[in-house]
Amino acid sequence: MTEFPSMESLVHGLVESGVAPAGIPMWMHQLLAMLIFGGIVVFGFVLPIAGITTWVERRVMGRIQSRIGPNRVGPLGFLQWLADGVKNMLKEDIVPTAADGPLFRAAPYVVITGFVASFAAIPFAGNLIIADLNVGILYITAVTALVVVGILMAGWASNNKWSLLGGIRSAAQIVSYEIPAGLSIFPVVLLAGTLSMQGIIRAQGAAPWTWYLFDNPFTFIAFFVLFVSSLAEGNRTPFDLPEAESELVAGFATEYSGMRNLLFFMAEWGNLYVIGAIATTLFLGGWQIPWALDDHPVLRNALQFGVFFTKSYAFVVLAIWLRWTLPRIRVDQMMEMCWKYLVPIALVNFLGTATWMVLFPQGLAPVRWLLLLAAVVAIAAFVRRVAFHIRYARLERRHLSFNPLATARSPG
Amino acid sequence: MGLTGFEVEVQRQTDGGGFVTEDMTLSMGPQHPSTHGVLRFVVRADGEVMKEAIPDIGYLHRSIEKIAEKVGWHGFIPYTDRVDYVAAMFCNHGWAMAAEKLGGIEVPKRAEYCRVIADELCRIHSHLLSVGSMAMDIGAFTPFTHAIREREYLNDLFEELCGARLTFHYMRIGGVGWDLPPGWTDKVIHFLDRFEPIVDEYDRLISYNKIYAERLVNVAVITPEEAVDFNLVGPNLRGSGVSYDVRRDDPYSIYPELEFDVPIGRGEMGTLGDCFDRYIVRMREMRESCRILRQCLRQLPDGPVIARVPRTFKPPAGDCYVRLESARGDMGWYVVSDGTAFPYRCKIRTGSFAAISMTQHVSRDLMIADLIAVIASFDLVAPEIDR
Repeated sequence: MTEFPSMESLVHGLVESGVAPAGIPMWMHQLLAMLIFGGIVVFGFVLPIAGITTWVERRVMGRIQSRIGPNRVGPLGFLQWLADGVKNMLKEDIVPTAADGPLFRAAPYVVITGFVASFAAIPFAGNLIIADLNVGILYITAVTALVVVGILMAGWASNNKWSLLGGIRSAAQIVSYEIPAGLSIFPVVLLAGTLSMQGIIRAQGAAPWTWYLFDNPFTFIAFFVLFVSSLAEGNRTPFDLPEAESELVAGFATEYSGMRNLLFFMAEWGNLYVIGAIATTLFLGGWQIPWALDDHPVLRNALQFGVFFTKSYAFVVLAIWLRWTLPRIRVDQMMEMCWKYLVPIALVNFLGTATWMVLFPQGLAPVRWLLLLAAVVAIAAFVRRVAFHIRYARLERRHLSFNPLATARSPG
Repeated sequence: MGLTGFEVEVQRQTDGGGFVTEDMTLSMGPQHPSTHGVLRFVVRADGEVMKEAIPDIGYLHRSIEKIAEKVGWHGFIPYTDRVDYVAAMFCNHGWAMAAEKLGGIEVPKRAEYCRVIADELCRIHSHLLSVGSMAMDIGAFTPFTHAIREREYLNDLFEELCGARLTFHYMRIGGVGWDLPPGWTDKVIHFLDRFEPIVDEYDRLISYNKIYAERLVNVAVITPEEAVDFNLVGPNLRGSGVSYDVRRDDPYSIYPELEFDVPIGRGEMGTLGDCFDRYIVRMREMRESCRILRQCLRQLPDGPVIARVPRTFKPPAGDCYVRLESARGDMGWYVVSDGTAFPYRCKIRTGSFAAISMTQHVSRDLMIADLIAVIASFDLVAPEIDR
């Protein structure tokens, strides 16, 4: 196995080469390095990723809904997210008279804290991680649960019945779906023998057949259970009940405006990426690349970052696609699905993986290949279907309108 | 703070442990996103479960029936557009039919065909909005935009036909305002060729989607007896399995010459008369409308499109009741003439009004999310309720 220099050794190297001043205790250097990297991650990655995801979502949704989407601010409307951010910051921050002021004001920060804190343990590349905690995955599950506190606070403090219903729905939903999500993490933890995010990735390889997704049938199912539960935890369609706009106006965010509303939505869109990052780390081999590149740490990390980002962003696009395709389930159906289906399936997966490990300590190659083949066939069929529909839509595009006046009016 | 104008009896319940719970009273609307216009429901709920949803109507009352008495026979036609602005052709048609019946005017054959063509296009137009917004209320936004895209073509067609995209003012007493524009029939055929496969696509996209069906089946079941008792009409009635269509059972205009089926709910996914049946009836009615349109365009006769009607139209004293199958069902026009240039009285009977009186009955013990599905499945249009 290749040597992976950790952030500690990087800091050591910086101090030894004289870039960082000596004479300061090493732990302070470490802390400083973490803070700087954390700051870079939060302001250079987390906030833009949340923003850019809104743009991606609106463009993708435009295509799905046979319209254009934002195309005015910047090339392809790319700067729309910045314009929206500025607009929201300039808006008046309204606190309703009847609201519980302090709680109302604090709620968005709790939500955003829960979301940003989860980035601390996300492994972007072999050396790019703020803190490779030995309880990494547990930590992420724990801090993302903070979001529910914030949402409940917002729902309660708004003193609005719609907000309250949204907050209660959200609490019930997130707390329930934590269980199948947590149980689906266990098979991987069993296989890897560690809770550390980097450790889990290192236990897998770059090639798809070394991923935990294809390790055995139980992890294969666990992956889908985790993905569905993560969608529910992230309040995404078909589980967007807490802010079901056609039922609860805007759910817990009904009374929020301006920057505070923006914080809620930043957390929502950013959470999409976290969902993808967790699934990638646990099941899709994380940042593993087929080349060692020991002599080129920068190139290696850049490649690893690219691989990790591509994999996790694929989930974001998938979640967006699902959101604009599926309707919303009802609150009792949501609970039923969690407790009657997902929790038992997740439990079976957990026990099944344990049994599998006892029966086949080295894994079973034919099963891996079979699972991989199944996934490839499913993806190929899906791509073929999508390609067909895109061709079909192209054929129809010339007949967009019957009225010559309307055609002339419609934007490019 | 009370809900003004409404005294809802708040019930307190005590369970065995002496723990007192109280119902929550929610005011849904008039600015709620899915109350289709300005409807208001006062919802008495225990958590997510509704005990009762009391409709509160009148926010869109514009005294249209009274206006009829003041503006004269011809002058009232633009106002009829506003009775149900989602399906304005039917209201035009109803008024024109009433006036013609009172005045004894014979409408030219071509005008009748023009009317039916416009009616059926308008039915598709209205049903597209209904099924689209139903999908949106269930939480799927994309089917709505796809339905609106097709509706946009229809708007273009209507614009070419009568210059308006929503409030058409196409029909006149004695016929229609304009003949079909040159080349327009080809465009309608083109639209139908395109639209019929789109209905199938719509079915694939949403109708039989598992989540969508789960949200609609067995929700707000209305038995055929109840539907008749509550005087439901149109797709809502047919959704309950009662095969009744004014076009077939009390024919008017040229409908006897046309061949079409009356789709009824069959309870295929759940119980007969649930929200899904009402939805799927509308989908099937769109196909039937396509069929009717093709027949009309094939048989379209030549001739004038409007009879000679004096500018100061004074029908003899008397009253009449005409009914037609609007997109929301049996629409009735009771018009009384006293022989002057102004109608003496006009009363409109609309399908949405019958449906909204049913919501209180069917909404007991449903979830709040189901109320949205019920409102959408009844295809409630607020202006039609209040007039």
